[in-house]
Amino acid sequence: MTGDLLVKGLHVSVEGKEILKGLSLQVNKGEVHALMGPNGSGKSTFANTLMGHPKYEVTAGDILFKGESILEKETDERARMGLFMAFQYPVAIPGLTFGSFLRAALNARLAPPTPDGNGAVPTKKGIPPKEFRDLLRSKMAMLKMDETFATRYLNDGFSGGEKKRAEILQMAILRPEIAIMDETDSGLDIDALKVVADGVNALTGQDLGVLVITHYNRILNYIKPTRVHVMIDGRIVTSGGAELAQQLEAKGYDWVREEVASR
Amino acid sequence: MSTEPELDLREGYAEKYGFHDAEQHVFKTRKGLNREIVTEISKHKSEPQWMLDYRLKALEIFEKKPLPTWGGDLSQIDFQDIYYYVKPTSEEAKSWEDVPADMKRTFDKLGIPEAEQKFLAGVGAQYDSEVVYHKIKESLEKQGVVFLSCDQGLKDHPELFKQYFGTVIPSSDNKFAALNSAVWSGGSFIYVPKGVKVDVPLQAYFRINTKDMGQFERTLIIVDEDAYVHYVEGCTAPVYTSDSLHSAVVEIIVKKGARCRYTTIQNWSNNVYNLVTKRAVAYANATMEWIDGNLGSKLTMKYPSIYMMEPGAHGEVLSIAFAGRGQHQDAGAKAVHCAPDTSSKIISKSISKDGGRAGYRGLVKVMKGAEHCRSTVNCDALILDEHSRSDTYPYMEIEEDKVTIGHEATVSKIGDEQLFYLMARGINQEEAAAMIVSGFIEPVVKELPMEYAVEMNRLIQLQMEGSVG
Repeated sequence: MTGDLLVKGLHVSVEGKEILKGLSLQVNKGEVHALMGPNGSGKSTFANTLMGHPKYEVTAGDILFKGESILEKETDERARMGLFMAFQYPVAIPGLTFGSFLRAALNARLAPPTPDGNGAVPTKKGIPPKEFRDLLRSKMAMLKMDETFATRYLNDGFSGGEKKRAEILQMAILRPEIAIMDETDSGLDIDALKVVADGVNALTGQDLGVLVITHYNRILNYIKPTRVHVMIDGRIVTSGGAELAQQLEAKGYDWVREEVASR
Repeated sequence: MSTEPELDLREGYAEKYGFHDAEQHVFKTRKGLNREIVTEISKHKSEPQWMLDYRLKALEIFEKKPLPTWGGDLSQIDFQDIYYYVKPTSEEAKSWEDVPADMKRTFDKLGIPEAEQKFLAGVGAQYDSEVVYHKIKESLEKQGVVFLSCDQGLKDHPELFKQYFGTVIPSSDNKFAALNSAVWSGGSFIYVPKGVKVDVPLQAYFRINTKDMGQFERTLIIVDEDAYVHYVEGCTAPVYTSDSLHSAVVEIIVKKGARCRYTTIQNWSNNVYNLVTKRAVAYANATMEWIDGNLGSKLTMKYPSIYMMEPGAHGEVLSIAFAGRGQHQDAGAKAVHCAPDTSSKIISKSISKDGGRAGYRGLVKVMKGAEHCRSTVNCDALILDEHSRSDTYPYMEIEEDKVTIGHEATVSKIGDEQLFYLMARGINQEEAAAMIVSGFIEPVVKELPMEYAVEMNRLIQLQMEGSVG
């Protein structure tokens, strides 16, 4: 098996408690996968583990990104390799403007890898300010964001919708190869959801693989998945096409639970 | 002074600022302090008798006063193991060409002549005990603005000098004010005439070069009615294994309707005790602003103060204290409301890492009868690791009921979730931590002129290097 993102038999514990119990999944560029599951099934644990959050301990299995195990790689190295996560709860960093943060992030992403292969050390130079402003402006227009956004402090006092849009804006600028969207639909009204979904759709294509993690079918009305996976109790129990999401919408998760139990 | 093992020096400091020139001086008192040495300093400066008397009286006060037992540990200072006066050149230069090559090179490295050309209205450069270079723009001189070394101020403007010297901070104020009053040398004397606005900053730069020396500059600033001035001071010192002492006194008089802003970027090497008394009096509708950045030194004890003497006076202290390994920053502020309808604002941001200790010690005092005063105090501490410490000592003495006083304090640790978020965008941990710290101090840094804001952020970056999580 090869794949751009390949997860093999992943077991993950948090503070000694096992949350993921043998999760396997493959996401390639050009594909949109939906990972659905009820609360507590381990969806966010999975997203954070992919990104290398230090709280989550991988006890077995492997995560390969572009053919290489990333388990030993720090979060920032993973990001510079082209892995991205849109956060469910983006944290505020008062005093740090969105614009300067994003420019630093882009410079890190663009910087050439260091000889030891550990990814890049951000340089102070990077993209010229004007070029960056133009890029930012065009992507903000796409997401219907006000230009003053760049001068606000990162996620500080952002509304729920603004936070999610800001996540998609980062994704648009950083151009990852695989993007994980952790409950991006939660807390969004229908208009905001459309804007966010339009943004994601504009980015999808041959160069991007997307993993949409969600509790509800709602966002999948706007972002069409190539594959849908259902996760219960730390593993994927069933996978299918877009129709699977509709079945879940109609029948809920109990139906899957029962089916799994009767196997 | 004590020769305890070399403490960790902030990453990058040694090569950038920690160098020293071969010692050169035209005159130097022997180590130690007594009447004879004080008299020698005064005679050497050809001072009037009243100043010698003033110094000797201050020496008596210094000898009588015990060391403070609060704040930081002062017990290692050996007052007899210090050179109190080291005169680097025979006279002050008005052109950099006339400054001795070694010293000129030092100030070049520190970027002072360059800054002067680019964005300053005047510059004073002190090297050990004396100001070796001093210059103010002609246009300001023509408007009657006086910007001299304090010694030159005493010579050229004896009346004005005597009228104000020691009136804001008497020798008896505290032990270190007494010490400074006894052995002061150098510093700045500024007078801004009525209605004159000096719209670009005047800067003084203080450099210690000689080992085991004490620098005791004295600054007196008088801002006349409706005038404005922004004074900036910077300082660095070589890295030595034994300690140096810096003990300045700064007195400021801000008259009716005037405004004075005093910015400090303190970047002493980690072997300097920095024990400074700074105080301003603000009259009717006057504004005094202290912007105080403390990054260097072994121990800093400094609490810039504002006494609001008449209605409408306003005082602000914006302070940043950063303590790394082996450093203790006991920084703070004092706002004393002596008249009704006065207002003050204190914002303190302290950061500690690698076992450093940074804190806020402040006093808001409202005198009886000073009705309708307003004061807000915000002190935020950021602790970067579990070895480091933050202290907050907010004192309030409110003798009047009809006042509005607000106080908020927060202590936070650098958040794992914040680090994770930034790292998830490809930013490495060190830079991510520096960005969080820069954000934390941004409310103060944004008050600085652009050049100093850049400098401050650069110094913070320097402090953060090699510190991970």
